[in-house]
Amino acid sequence: MPFTHTLQVIGHRTIDAVWRIGLATRFFALTLMYSGTSFRRFHLIIKELFSTGVMSLIIIIVAGLFVGMVLGLQGYETLQRYGSESALGVMVALGLVRELGPVVAALLFASRAGSAMTAEIGLMKATEQISAMEMMAVNPIARIVAPRFWAGVISMPLLAAMFSAVGVFGGYFVGVIQIGVDEGSFWSQMQAAVDFREDILNGVLKSFVFGTVVTVIALFEGFDAPPTAEGVSGATTRTVVTSSLAILMLDFVLTAIMFRGN
Amino acid sequence: MERTTLDLWVGIFVVAGIAALVMLAMKVGNLSSYNMSETYQVHAYFSNIGGLKPKASIKSAGVLVGRVTDIKLDMQRYEADVVMNLDKRYQFPKDTFADILTSGLLGEQYIGLVAGGDSDMLQNGEQIKKTQSAVVLEDLIGKFIYNKAEESVKPK
Repeated sequence: MPFTHTLQVIGHRTIDAVWRIGLATRFFALTLMYSGTSFRRFHLIIKELFSTGVMSLIIIIVAGLFVGMVLGLQGYETLQRYGSESALGVMVALGLVRELGPVVAALLFASRAGSAMTAEIGLMKATEQISAMEMMAVNPIARIVAPRFWAGVISMPLLAAMFSAVGVFGGYFVGVIQIGVDEGSFWSQMQAAVDFREDILNGVLKSFVFGTVVTVIALFEGFDAPPTAEGVSGATTRTVVTSSLAILMLDFVLTAIMFRGN
Repeated sequence: MERTTLDLWVGIFVVAGIAALVMLAMKVGNLSSYNMSETYQVHAYFSNIGGLKPKASIKSAGVLVGRVTDIKLDMQRYEADVVMNLDKRYQFPKDTFADILTSGLLGEQYIGLVAGGDSDMLQNGEQIKKTQSAVVLEDLIGKFIYNKAEESVKPK
């Protein structure tokens, strides 16, 4: 009976997905509960900040520069048709600060740092390091998960801010230096249109949410991975796919809440 | 506590991130631009404000002197009541004109103040009596068509 079999598979997958969501929520709650210990041992967070934040710097800065340059080029092409190329700065800055900065930085972060986190924890589990810790009465969530979680949450807004800042200069480079848009109107219109609270702080808030979601997904997938080579590779793939989709969907929801009516 | 190069890198990372945020706030955003320290409030009635929005700029001779703070419909006069905050440094005579103007052909609307000749200055809470409403493009086209039609009838 192929039909009932298909139905069974769908049902099984649905129940499994709901089960995992529940597990992930409990995992998130446990991480928050044991965060106090990791804040008392701050050097653990510093170490993770290095491997998630500092090591992602290059990719974020290069990507931000090129995204800003493309925005400058494409924005100019469209705006000059209406004779309003002086609004190029506004377009580049708003696009970066509101959307592209948080979203693209989070996508890069998920594939650069999130996948590494999953693989690391998955391998720890496969080589029974986590069981060894439990044996020694060390809580693996407090020792391994919580520092990585806070490192991700702290570094994500900083990375997104750098992405936007570098991107604005990329747009400036292409728009003003190469194409020759008026420098004064580029900056002054940008400053007139970009509001600190409305645009910049909302962008920071967005990247904060993305940072939380990406690290929770990455850590949970690692912790939940079957302790085999195949299991770890599958978990790493799932981290990138799930967190990318989560970022894009959440972005829509957050944008609808933050910028509606503007 | 011993210092490691790792700490240094993390420090650089955090400082760079905060610097980027400050740069966004100052250079890209409007946190630094034109902070009015002391203001006084005046208001004016307009029969049509067009596309004027709160936070629109108020300019005199092209210089930014204030911001629109509030726009509401006055239910006695059925006219728009526009409240504006002006910088204390700039004092205007009582018979100042307030016009709603458009920057560029399709740009955003702002209020232009043209000073009159009165020796008394506007005080906090007072009203600018001489106003000119926004030019609504549809009205303008309507008038133009009406005039054209009149012209084509007259010669006969």
